[in-house]
Amino acid sequence: MTALITVTDLTMGWSDHDLLERQSFEVNRGEVFAILGRSGCGKSTLLRYLTGLDEAKSGTVTIDGIGPPSLEAGRPAFGVMFQSGALFGSMTVGENLALALAEWTDLPPKAVAAIVRAKLRLVGLQGSEYKHPSELSGGMRKRAAIARALTLEPSLIFLDEPSAGLDPVSAAELDQLILTLNNALGLTVVLATHDLDSIFMIATRCILLDRETKSIIARGDPRSLRDGSVVPAVHQFFSRTTKDAK
Amino acid sequence: MQDRRNEVSRDGSDRAFSVEFLDPGAGVVEVRLGGKLAFADAASLWTDLCTHLTPAISGDVRFDLSAIESIDGGAMALLVQVKWNLQTAGVRCEFVGGAGTVQTILDLYEGEAAPTPRPPHVPVGVFAMIGNQAAAGLREIQLGLAFIGSMVLAFAGVLRRPHSGNWHSVAPIMNRTGADAVPIVLLINFLVGFAMAFQAAVQLKQFGANIYVADLVGLSITRELGPLMTAIIVCGRSGAAFAAELGTMKVSEEIDALRTLGFGPLRFLVFPRMLALIFVMPVLTLLADLAGVTGGVLVGTINLDLTLTGYIQQTQRAVAAWDVFQGVVKSGVFGFAIALISCHQGLSAAGGAEGVGHRTTAAVVTSLLTIIIIDAGFTLLFFELHL
Ligand SMILES: Nc1ncnc2c1ncn2[C@@H]1O[C@H](COP(=O)(O)OP(=O)(O)OP(=O)(O)O)[C@@H](O)[C@H]1O
Ligand SMILES: [Mg+2]
Repeated sequence: MTALITVTDLTMGWSDHDLLERQSFEVNRGEVFAILGRSGCGKSTLLRYLTGLDEAKSGTVTIDGIGPPSLEAGRPAFGVMFQSGALFGSMTVGENLALALAEWTDLPPKAVAAIVRAKLRLVGLQGSEYKHPSELSGGMRKRAAIARALTLEPSLIFLDEPSAGLDPVSAAELDQLILTLNNALGLTVVLATHDLDSIFMIATRCILLDRETKSIIARGDPRSLRDGSVVPAVHQFFSRTTKDAK
Repeated sequence: MQDRRNEVSRDGSDRAFSVEFLDPGAGVVEVRLGGKLAFADAASLWTDLCTHLTPAISGDVRFDLSAIESIDGGAMALLVQVKWNLQTAGVRCEFVGGAGTVQTILDLYEGEAAPTPRPPHVPVGVFAMIGNQAAAGLREIQLGLAFIGSMVLAFAGVLRRPHSGNWHSVAPIMNRTGADAVPIVLLINFLVGFAMAFQAAVQLKQFGANIYVADLVGLSITRELGPLMTAIIVCGRSGAAFAAELGTMKVSEEIDALRTLGFGPLRFLVFPRMLALIFVMPVLTLLADLAGVTGGVLVGTINLDLTLTGYIQQTQRAVAAWDVFQGVVKSGVFGFAIALISCHQGLSAAGGAEGVGHRTTAAVVTSLLTIIIIDAGFTLLFFELHL
């Protein structure tokens, strides 16, 4: 396995406080990589650095050997789904998906429409292409955003809490979708989440961020971390217990 | 309500709970709580406890919870706080006798009840304040210049690869900023021309110089007021709209999402808006000139007994093509400035709805100020060049 994303000595944070200090990790090609951690520990923030939306104070992020990831420099190399969905409110769902297709491919409008419909079917949103995001439920918006991140057939996709706010069935279907895309197309998936069921189901490797120590306190296969870790914070996270529980 | 009335506590007052302060000896004060401690009675519970349990108390304090029938979270929070206050003052305290749900709620609320220290308020002196404001102002100017720089780059990029420009957005934006603004631009400029002619008429009539109303209205509308009033209207309509649109997109991560799809916000959002205003402003200004002169015509023919042809001929004599042209050129620059400032302000929004409001205000105020400054600059320039 070769590293697709390499993070070296990354220090990240907001103006008034750091969230991680000099941490390194790698994401391998073709794996489902989970960024875990308690709410507010900086998962979404880390994704901003991985996707190149924010520039690291110190340390480097490279994707495919090139870094830092440059946005707006041609056809995007990866898909991103934001925690809030971030669908364009002034466009219909279909237009949201078609936007990048029209820009970065030579497909005629009919073909674009076909792809849009197919992607929406993939996430169970068939028939929603003429709705505006405001007319969708929270979970539907999330799924539409995932579909949008998949439109350009990226080989790498970043998902911020994909299953948060989904019903158990949709969440399981989404896990299944991610697994299928991962197996069949070799899609590399980086996701931030705290949905344990989903982590054990799909993640091949994970890192666990910790806000107090500003570091990665665990890394590896989530199942073995659950069963094997003796570090209290790690154990708590994976066994879904509170600090005082024995 | 009913059982509250019936139950009279041992210290004689009319409430659903009881507090007794006992002295069982051995340097211990026992606080025996009983009955139903509800949030509704919290105020009197708090006063009771605070008056009896001052830090000056001698001995340890033991809160006996065994007689409590029920307690809710608010009341428990107060008990915990009282205990914590005493403890920090050096009094040893403990809760005893809590059973069942009382103990569960106690476990839930018990803990460090220290007030979170307020972030220290560093007093800022007048000079520091002036300094900070100046620094912030300079920073804004710096960011503004950087924005102009990136905009130039974006323009250059579009010129190099024309198909990368977001051309199909230009027409709808022109429609919104231009066509939709026509009625208000016509109305306001007509009224300005009308009012000006009316004011002038009063003066000029005294000298029998009625006909010069045409010169006055024609020149000041085409050279100055037409472009300026139009810019003010467009600034209030479209400048505010741009800032609010882009600001909302910024705070809801839509701009970030655009970037991850490979679209630069400058090229995709700012460029078409800027282009639209640069095209639309001159057209609106020409309409404004017509409307203003029409206002003058109305006053001239009705109030000053001038003939329609006489008025129009006089206007033609007074107003040269250059007068109209310079106003139109000026208005194009105004359009550029409004789009640039409003979009920059919108893209700088941060921190939710309030941030968007703040940036929208700043967009309108800064645009107005800039328009007036540019206008003064043009006037001086043309004067120096004897144009
Ligand atoms: N725009 C911002 N400015 C300043 N601080 C921020 C900003 N956005 C987030 N933070 C802070 O950064 C920290 C991490 O936020 P982040 O959104 O990355 O958390 P997260 O791990 O994704 O949490 P969650 O699981 O709740 O989504 C939080 O403490 C938050 O207060
Ligand atoms: Mg998050």
